Amino acid sequence: MIGIINDRCDFCGTCVAVCPVDAIELFEARIKILDHCTDCMLCVWICPVETLAAIEQNGTIKNNEVASLG
Amino acid sequence: MRSQYDCVVVGGGPGGAWAAKHAAAQGASVLLLEKDREVGIPVRCAEAVGIAGLKAVVEPQSRWISNVIEGAVLVSPEGKEVLLASDTAQGYMLDRKIFDYDLVRIATESGVEVLTKAYVYGLIKQNNIVMGVRVQHMGARHDILAKIVIGADGVESRVGRWAGLKTNIKLNDMESCLQMTLSNINVDPRYIYLYFGQEVAPGGYLWVFPKGENQANVGLGIAGTFARYKSAQKYLKEFVDRQFPHAAVLYTVVGGVPCAPTLKKIVSDGLMLVGDAAHQVNPMSGGGIVTAMLAGKIAGKVAAEAVQAGDVGTDRLMRYAESWHRAEGKNHERFHKIKQAVYKLSDADLNKTAESVLRLAPEKRTLSNIFRAALIKHPALIFDVVKAFV
Repeated sequence: MIGIINDRCDFCGTCVAVCPVDAIELFEARIKILDHCTDCMLCVWICPVETLAAIEQNGTIKNNEVASLG
Repeated sequence: MRSQYDCVVVGGGPGGAWAAKHAAAQGASVLLLEKDREVGIPVRCAEAVGIAGLKAVVEPQSRWISNVIEGAVLVSPEGKEVLLASDTAQGYMLDRKIFDYDLVRIATESGVEVLTKAYVYGLIKQNNIVMGVRVQHMGARHDILAKIVIGADGVESRVGRWAGLKTNIKLNDMESCLQMTLSNINVDPRYIYLYFGQEVAPGGYLWVFPKGENQANVGLGIAGTFARYKSAQKYLKEFVDRQFPHAAVLYTVVGGVPCAPTLKKIVSDGLMLVGDAAHQVNPMSGGGIVTAMLAGKIAGKVAAEAVQAGDVGTDRLMRYAESWHRAEGKNHERFHKIKQAVYKLSDADLNKTAESVLRLAPEKRTLSNIFRAALIKHPALIFDVVKAFV
């Protein structure tokens, strides 16, 4: 699944624009991944500030680089 | 605020403001909705605009301009600098906070009503015809009817999606962008600098746009397909650390720029899209202020006339799409083809291009000649270059 590191988000809407299945909602200063997300990763890749990340079943962040970013 | 208008415009950026102004100027009752508490903030823009382009849509006011740009310098991966010869490289650095505010203020002089902190959360539709918007404002929800809804709601255009238009963009055509406004840096305020190369900004470019002495908007856009491997933030941090180690960061802003041809469908029954929402950004430069205002001007006029004629169906509103296509849309298709070829060039090709352009006389170093040199192995595209840079 896709996780959100909320304090990095600038609410720019870029992830919403690339989502092929309209599974991201941006409401004021909050983003939400909807249940029909297909884990295609486009939002994770496009985010300029690495707000989104793939999360393993056990809750760890798949992309370690994200976690290490200052 | 009334419960019914001829036109409701969603989004108070330059495209929305200009659509609202031109609809109202033709006699339509218009409500402009802005989700933030103030138009113009936050700024999501590098703020540079060509003088000729701006003058085509509005008479520039001195209070909008933070710096006058005399020319543009393109920097190759190995650091060769090409100063563009063309007069068209002259531009302004806008103060978008003041500019956007003023455009909306000008629109109100034509009778446009404005509501800020107005969050549109859905469309009112009947048999797939758009009849109005659902708005949340100050803790209350309102349904506002409109004969035509104009969605100028930016890159993520929810309005377009709700209306059933296909607004998603391919990863390769979305530029992942980050910009820092830096101070305490050494820049020549007369020139904007554009840096190219795989190390700096793959599938895009990095810009240094001076806002005055010792301060600049420094940012970059990278194509989504490259952002997959390394984020815009990492690329920009590396450049700034190297180039401006003593800079202070006064402002950081993030965004996506749709560098694609215009959406295939930008109207439906009772609905029009304008600006980033319609992908009306110049796919080559990523510039979208003037294009959005031009589209807004056309859309506003067509909307008001459609309301007067009592026909807001798709076929009638297509007049806007067709007029836009003739004015800019067609050219954007050419720019997009050229962009795709240029962004496939290797650093060695870009370096060679710079060297060959530098052998030309300074007055011959035009964008047209630069792209001809860059695309020397793509003769089929030269026609597009010639047409695009007339």
